This record gives sequence, structure tokens and C-alpha cells, in this order.
Amino acid sequence: MDVATLLDPFQETLVPLGDWVAALLAWVVENYRPVFQALKQPVAAVLDAFEAVLRDSPPLLVMAAFGFVGWQSGGPRTSAVAVGCLAAIGLIGAWDPAMTTLAIILTAVSFCLLIGIPLGILAARGDRFEAVLKPILDFMQTIPSFVYLVPVVMLFGIGNVPGVIVTIFYAIAPIIRLTNLGIRQVRGDLVEAAYAFGGSPNQILFKVQMPLALPTIMTGVNQTIMMSLAMTVVASMISVTGLGQMVLRGIGRLDVALATQGGLGIVLVAILVDRISQGFGQSARERRHRRWYQHGPVGALLQVLRGGRA
Amino acid sequence: MAGAAMPVRCRNLWKIYGEREREVLAAMQRATLSKDEVRERFDCVVGVQDVSFEVGEGETFCIMGLSGSGKSTLLRHVNRLIEPSSGQVEIQGQDISRLGARGLEKLRAEAIGMVFQHMALWPHRTIRDNVAFGLEVRGVGRRQRREAADRALELVRLDGWEDRYPDELSGGMQQRVGLARALAADPDVLLMDEPFSALDPLIRRELQGQFAELAREMNKTVLFITHDLEEAIQVGHRVAIMNEGSFVQVGRPEEILTRPATDYVAKFVQGVSHLHFLTAAKVMEGGDARGEAGAAAGDGAAVGPDTPLVELLDTVAAQGGVAVEEDGRRLGVVTPQALLAAIRARIG
Repeated sequence: MDVATLLDPFQETLVPLGDWVAALLAWVVENYRPVFQALKQPVAAVLDAFEAVLRDSPPLLVMAAFGFVGWQSGGPRTSAVAVGCLAAIGLIGAWDPAMTTLAIILTAVSFCLLIGIPLGILAARGDRFEAVLKPILDFMQTIPSFVYLVPVVMLFGIGNVPGVIVTIFYAIAPIIRLTNLGIRQVRGDLVEAAYAFGGSPNQILFKVQMPLALPTIMTGVNQTIMMSLAMTVVASMISVTGLGQMVLRGIGRLDVALATQGGLGIVLVAILVDRISQGFGQSARERRHRRWYQHGPVGALLQVLRGGRA
Repeated sequence: MAGAAMPVRCRNLWKIYGEREREVLAAMQRATLSKDEVRERFDCVVGVQDVSFEVGEGETFCIMGLSGSGKSTLLRHVNRLIEPSSGQVEIQGQDISRLGARGLEKLRAEAIGMVFQHMALWPHRTIRDNVAFGLEVRGVGRRQRREAADRALELVRLDGWEDRYPDELSGGMQQRVGLARALAADPDVLLMDEPFSALDPLIRRELQGQFAELAREMNKTVLFITHDLEEAIQVGHRVAIMNEGSFVQVGRPEEILTRPATDYVAKFVQGVSHLHFLTAAKVMEGGDARGEAGAAAGDGAAVGPDTPLVELLDTVAAQGGVAVEEDGRRLGVVTPQALLAAIRARIG
């Protein structure tokens, strides 16, 4: 062996990691494809539902609906912001792709919360589970978003549904982490007091820990939303439609107009979703001690109904 | 048991923290080991060391010790917030280590109330919902819960604050909420974990008085933890002095003060005034009233033999002397001179 080879042993790939992973993935695809196709079903169903509502309804109706939801969540100001964002999206000619993106994000975020919050709770309850979960989350968060695309395309194919799935993988980490953190940060004596007065672990979770962890959990929800928005552009590389695709095409063709429309659209969708979700994070106290059905449009409606009956 | 089960009874409680709990337990039952030896040889910490006690119905049992003495750990064994390494806890004759999770929750919610040093009120719940928590987790209906909570808040004179949140209240008021929460389910046993330590002196004294009155009126069995010997003496029918996980001395307040069992107890006792225990019976003169003293006492209301010093001072200051009577029989007379002499003798 000559000296040059000894000093530079990395001329050849000695550990063919890439080949191994490729082989593993090929094997999984070959043997378990039906499983992954089945996993797509619930995601597809939810996405279809969101798309049907958002895309097939007249824009003014959608705006009114978001206006009401915003009012309910955070009051008149949130309502105005929501309607304003949607109006701007419509005016710059990004309505249809924006509705697609919104449907994708809402689907991805719903699944993230559905899976992430229970995982966060389990992590908060079990140190061992947390110890297992933490490196996985670290790993998931270090992987560049592009890298997720490869296995997802192999296992799930291309299109909007795989796009939602890749977004879920990318955006789920913060909600798990911050649910775990929020629950663990609840003052020990408050939990102890709840035990001392006969609370069961589940009662304490829902009556003490979750409410007190809510601000932290809402931060997690917010980050999850923002990360799924960030993923829309990347995901458009696997044929996901919507605002991301506008941006991607804009870059590809150096079409500044298209890229701007798409980019601004994403920002406006981000503001819309963020404001509404933050509104829901307010405590009953910030709403002047009323429950959610006692104020906003629902409250007004209930009052009218009650008045009508009396 | 013949109906007279003690409300609280702890037998040979041990709590050792560390992985080699069993080994330490065996070693310490064979020979006495100091805390340092246990830490060196087993890397374990002794929290509670062979403590036994009983608290009778309506009795207030005070456990006094400095921080790290294991008093809070001991208290948490009584409602099994902490599992003992060995030993037994009985509440109303029932061995609580035999209770399952449901049974334990029921016991905690219904039979034992607890008050914490730092209040530990839930900031997201209204005062009423804080007080009603124990009832809520037992599935008591909304109306009943509300009534019980409002009743408890009335006991601590906080009616009108039901719909506020804890941080809108002052420290003293918050601890009264803590007390109301402990009383809401009308439990037989109250665990008080340094309830008044975090309050400023004036409010502390006021609450001590209110609490003693409530406990007496409602005939509660109370375990009261404090690091303040004066408080222990004022509040407790019996006082246990705790150090390094075990009881150094247990006795009536007066016994502790007049006959400290060890130097450790003596050191605490030094600073405490004995004046608390002066009563009319101890100060009065003569088997029957004669001469000047009798005349001095003649023109005012008489007092009972157990009248405490403070009251006696007020009465004597107002009427120049007072007769001590029991069941209409005159026992003696308290004169200003006798009072001053008694106080002088106690100051030493």
C-alpha cells in the first residue's frame, strides 16, 4: 500500500451507509407498501374535507366564517385581522392556492396536535419515555427539511397527501417538546396539593397540569403552525399544490410576480392562522371569567336562543 | 378496636432516600448509625427515623423542628403523599398502606385536609373552585360543591371573594383560602405544613388565633408542623421536638419548657418566654380573701383559675385587683404586687 492511500483512507466509501439505507427502504417499500397506503387514508380524508369546504365555498362565505372564528377566539380585533388577511390574499390573486395551502396546513397541524399532545403528556409522565423520545426529536429537528422528502416519496408517493405527511413529520417536534416542558414546569407544590385533596392522576392532568401548561403548549402549537407553513415551499417539490408551488415555479422561471404572490400569500396565511390560534390560547381569565360559549358570536347566539325560549 | 380508634396513629415510621434503602434499614435496626455514616457507607439519606406517635380526637399535635429535620417528610406520610420505607400509618384505625389508589384518593378528599406553607392555591381557578377541588374530584354536584365551598369561606371570613382569583388576594387571605380548602370537605384530620411561616408577624398572630379557635370549635384532629417553638407552644396541646429524623422529646408545652430532655431542646427553650403559662391560679394569693387584697378585688367581676396572663393584666390594670373564683367559690385574689412578683420570677 503506498503512502498516499494510507494518509487518505477516505478515497473509497468504506461504510456504504447510503446503500444500506436504500436497501432497507426498498425492502420496506416492497413488503409494507399496503401499510403505508393505508396510513394515507385518514390524512386524505381530513384533507379532502378541509379542501372541499375551503375551495368550494364562495370566498366571501369563507371570509365570513373566518371572521366569526376569529371573533370567537380573540375578539373583534382578531376577527378584523382574519378578514383583512383573507381579503388581501384574494386581492393579490392568490385565493385558490391559498385555500389549498390552508387546507394542507390545517390538516397537518390537526394531526400534529392529535399525535403530539398525547406524546408530550406521556413524556411528561415518564422519565424513561422522555429519555427515549428526546434523541428522536433532536434527530428529527436536525434533519434538513429536504431530506424528509426522499423516504416520504418512496413510501407514500407524491401529491398533496404525502405533502401533508412530510409536513407532519417536520412540524410535530415542537408540540411534543413544549407539551412535555409545559407540564413538567407546573409548580410541584400545586401538583402535590392536588394529590393531597384526592385528585387522581388523570384529574390532576386535566384540572391542574394542562391548564397551567397551556401558555407553553400554545407556544408549541404556534411553532408547529409556523413550521408547517415553512414546509409548504419545500413540499411543493413533491408536487404539492398551493402557495408553495407558486413560489417554486416563480424561482424556477425567475417569475418575480408569481414568487411574490406566493410568498406574500404564505405570510398572510401565517398571520391568519397565528392570530386565531393565539386567541384560543387565552385563559378564561383574560376573557373576563367567561367560558368560551358565553361570549363572542356563539354567546350572542345562545343568548338570543335563550331569550326566544323565555 | 373498642370504638376508640385514634384519628392518627403512626408506628415505627422510617423513610430512607436512596437506592440501598433496604440495606440501610436493616443496618440501622441492628445498630445506631449517624446520618454521616449512612451517607458514606450507603449513599442514602435518612428522612424519618423510627417515629411513632398518636394524635387523639380534637387534639392539636405540634411537630417542631428546623429545616431538614424531616418534619415535612413525616407529615406527608400521614396522607401517604410519601410512602414509608417501613412502618405503619393508621387513620381512624385503618391501615392506609392497604388502601388501593381509589381508596387513598377517597381518604385524602374526605378525611384529611392539608394546608401548605406556600399556600399552593391553583392560580387558574377561582377561590371557590380552589376550595371545592376536593369535592369536585369526588364527583359532588355543582350546587352542593358551591354551598360547601361558600360555607368554608364564611368560616375563614372570606365571603364575598368567591369569584376572585388567588393572586388578587393578600398573603394572609390566601392562606385563609388554603384553610377553607382544607375544611371544605369537613375532614376529621388537618395536616398543617408550616401554614403561617410565610406570613408577616402581625397576620401570623391573627391567623394563629383564628385557627386555634376554629380547630377547637370544630373539634378537629390537627397535626401542625412549625419551625417556631413559640408557635408550637401556643398552638399545640402536645409538642414533639424533631431533629435528624427522630423525635427528641414529646410532651405538653409546659413540660418541654420546664423540663427539656436534651441540650438540643434546652437550646430552643432558652429564648422562649415562660409567661404564656402563667394563669390566675398560679399568681393568686391566699386561700380566701383577706384585708387589703380582698378589698381591692371586691369591686369587679371575678375570673376563672385558668385565665391567661394577658387577660389578667388587663383586668388588674382596670380594677386594681381581681378575685379568682371557680363554681362560685372564691379561690384567691390576684393583686398587682403578686402579678409583678410572678412575672419577675419567670423572667429569671
